[in-house]
Amino acid sequence: MAIDFELNGESVSLDVDPAMPLLWAIRDIAGLTGTKYGCGKALCGTCTVHLNGQPVRSCVLPASAAAGAKITTIEGLSEDGNHPVQVAWRELNVAQCGYCQSGQIMSAVGLLERNPNPTDADIDEAMNGNICRCGTYTRIRKAIHRAAGDKS
Amino acid sequence: MSELRKISRREFMKRTGQAGGGLVFALTFASACQPNEVAVGPAAKASASVAPNVYVNIRNDGIVEIYCHRSEMGQGIRTSLPQVIADELEADWDKVEVIQAIGHEKYGDQNTDGSTSIRNHFDLLRNAGATGRDMMIAAAAQMWAVPVDECVAREHAVHHEASGKSAGYGDLVETATGMPQPESAEFKAREDYRYIGKAMDTIDGRAFTTGGAKYGTDTVLPNMLYASIERCPAFGGTATSVEDVAARAVAGVVDVIRMPEPTSPPLFNIQGGIAVLASNSWSAAEGRKALKIEWDRGVNGEHESQAYKKDLIASASAPGTTVLTRGDADEQTHSQHEAVYYTPYLAQAPMEPPAATAIVNEDGSCEVWAATQDPQTARSTVAETLGIEKEQVTMNVTLLGGGFGRKSKPDFVAEAAWLARETGRPVMVAWSREDDIRHGYFHSVSAQYFRAGIDKDGATQTWLQRSSFPSIASTFAPDVPGPAGFELGLGLLDAPWNVPNMRIETCDAKAHLRIGWLRSVCNVFHAFGACGFVDELAHAKGQDPKEHLLEMIGPARKIDPANDSAEYGNYGHELGKHPVDTGRLSAVALKVADMAEWGRDLPEGHGLGIAVHRSFLAYVGAVAEVSVDESGKLIVHDLWIAIDAGTVVNPDRVHSQLEGAGIFGMSLALHGELTTKDGAVVEGNFDSYPMTRMSETPAEIHTHIMESDAPPGGVGEPGVPPIAPAIVNAYFAVSGKRVRELPLRNAGLT
Repeated sequence: MAIDFELNGESVSLDVDPAMPLLWAIRDIAGLTGTKYGCGKALCGTCTVHLNGQPVRSCVLPASAAAGAKITTIEGLSEDGNHPVQVAWRELNVAQCGYCQSGQIMSAVGLLERNPNPTDADIDEAMNGNICRCGTYTRIRKAIHRAAGDKS
Repeated sequence: MSELRKISRREFMKRTGQAGGGLVFALTFASACQPNEVAVGPAAKASASVAPNVYVNIRNDGIVEIYCHRSEMGQGIRTSLPQVIADELEADWDKVEVIQAIGHEKYGDQNTDGSTSIRNHFDLLRNAGATGRDMMIAAAAQMWAVPVDECVAREHAVHHEASGKSAGYGDLVETATGMPQPESAEFKAREDYRYIGKAMDTIDGRAFTTGGAKYGTDTVLPNMLYASIERCPAFGGTATSVEDVAARAVAGVVDVIRMPEPTSPPLFNIQGGIAVLASNSWSAAEGRKALKIEWDRGVNGEHESQAYKKDLIASASAPGTTVLTRGDADEQTHSQHEAVYYTPYLAQAPMEPPAATAIVNEDGSCEVWAATQDPQTARSTVAETLGIEKEQVTMNVTLLGGGFGRKSKPDFVAEAAWLARETGRPVMVAWSREDDIRHGYFHSVSAQYFRAGIDKDGATQTWLQRSSFPSIASTFAPDVPGPAGFELGLGLLDAPWNVPNMRIETCDAKAHLRIGWLRSVCNVFHAFGACGFVDELAHAKGQDPKEHLLEMIGPARKIDPANDSAEYGNYGHELGKHPVDTGRLSAVALKVADMAEWGRDLPEGHGLGIAVHRSFLAYVGAVAEVSVDESGKLIVHDLWIAIDAGTVVNPDRVHSQLEGAGIFGMSLALHGELTTKDGAVVEGNFDSYPMTRMSETPAEIHTHIMESDAPPGGVGEPGVPPIAPAIVNAYFAVSGKRVRELPLRNAGLT
């Protein structure tokens, strides 16, 4: 069965089992590998994408939930890779291995869209679902503040 | 070798009309689909190049290709390694392209663990750059017919001051072609470094932030299959019956294949199991769920970690094998203090679970893309698995989504290669999180016994330490009774304590899981026990823990464990070059105490704890500030970490490694524990095996790098060991309660 939705601004029609998690539809079927698997149970946030602008865990969201929706992945966050959050991440050299950072960035963008000037407590709450085993959290906090400054 | 490389490059360009992709080696079907040595850097066109050595290739478009032969797993080696080469080469950073090297012995040691990339390769990398620089100078001198010593290399060009001539590196390629490769060259003076010691930005920053970075899970090949493997819950067991009809009926499932049985000892071999192969990851996982398997759990099927803990503590509490003797540790003293410390099994749990993709070609050769820390061992393991020569295996190295020691063990790479041959199609094996946590190579569970004798003036006169843990050696040899020699070099035999009478013993412990290494290895539990126990002594004596720690370390001196009849490996280095220097250890303790303003008035309910440890030839001090909130939860407010790693290449990546070590150390201090029941690991995902999260992250992790011109020490691992004892010591400061077991969640603190 084909599921039609908008993926990074383009209309796509994916012939997948509607129960297939969106993560695998994006990665294995649509071929966009920037979104990563980390746990398969919405425990780590590595797979975070936006559904109609809201961060969601694509590893547990059935592909059917994307029908008719706008899905944004890290590849579609900005045309030139220069979203203020991406820029701040690079300026502070946030990433170590980089694997969880797609999800971290998508969560951070979601936060800033809801709350353009988050406090540390706001950041801790919004980012608590995203695990980074390399331990880049203190730089993530700083990068979110920096991106918030860039936006204002 | 440079000739072969040039020919291959030309051949490649002839066939594809492209350049700059770094496809230097023989093309196969698969490599035509995706570059094997992936380049990051400026894109340009070149028609010729010259390679002064295997790490450097200078193109006539002026771009310098630098081959990174070490695996990138977050430590920043793809930035710092080229920094060293580019500096000696006098190359412009903007004209450097970094290419990830395949696994091949021509690069020398590629095993990316033990915090070795800089400490063991600094001179090799400098030489790679310096010989390239000299080759450019020699080419310019020949072109201009002037003496070599009248030419200097600077900013990607060679200059002849007398004549005012200059030639860019690209313009010297033709002349340099065919010239001898210099074997050695003089290194630059430290004050002339342009990149070494500078905080260069991560070269993969753009890829990391745009989804372009390619990891072990990201290889895509035409017609590939995705495999998910159900393995025996207990290591070493076998399936007695397999019912796969329902699995094969799952849409997308292509095949169900029984894997080769596990071996004893396990080595890096396939550990058995039933593989479900499908056209996508989800179908493979769904098919796997539909398998009905009965297992014979085998020799380890009764392993219970709770019972094992009692045995381990009993083992450590009785005399063992003496491995270090100084004076008489049994001498009677005014008072004695004893304690047992315990730490559990851990899994490395990199955010990217193990993943590799392989294809076996019609001629029997195999090409692999793997997230491996040890590409040469991965290559030879694949060759042995398939019964082919290693020359028939091309081992491409992807980025690693974390490693922490797990990806040094290429069992998952062997699985992918074996399934690729069985199916005749490209196969990706990507472990699930549960696979990763339940079927890995585990950090040892450990018990340590300590006894100290204190005289009436409060000086520690005797020190007895016993260490018991199942050995990493059990993964490689049968019937290993307990700790192996190399493990004693990890924070045990180089005990820095200024105690006149000391004895260290090891006590037996048999392995029932595959034992492997995790970031910092045995240093984690050796530092936890020793720094916790030293803190206990401070309180027993009524001394300030920092002053007492400095007193225990004693005056600045160089320790040679051989003087105490110990066989100490010093991480593979001579003590002359890398001494066990208590002066440097005291210096990081003093520095970090200073940073934390040790002795200041603290907020109500707050406490500080301090710990120091030398590992991987670097010295690290840590201070934690903690409190306990109303619900009884431990809060780590701040961490301070100071490192003396000798000469450092990229200070920003050193700071980031320390920040990460703080979080990694917190994870194992607060949360980390694996338990077993009926031989199987009980925990399986981040709900039962939690990690430190943002909300637990200290307000700041303050890091400091000691100024030093000593030879480089390790960086990736040394930050971890002092974190847990600093936290536990800080908890004692606020609560008066001594915790001798990790994780702290078992004490109700998380």
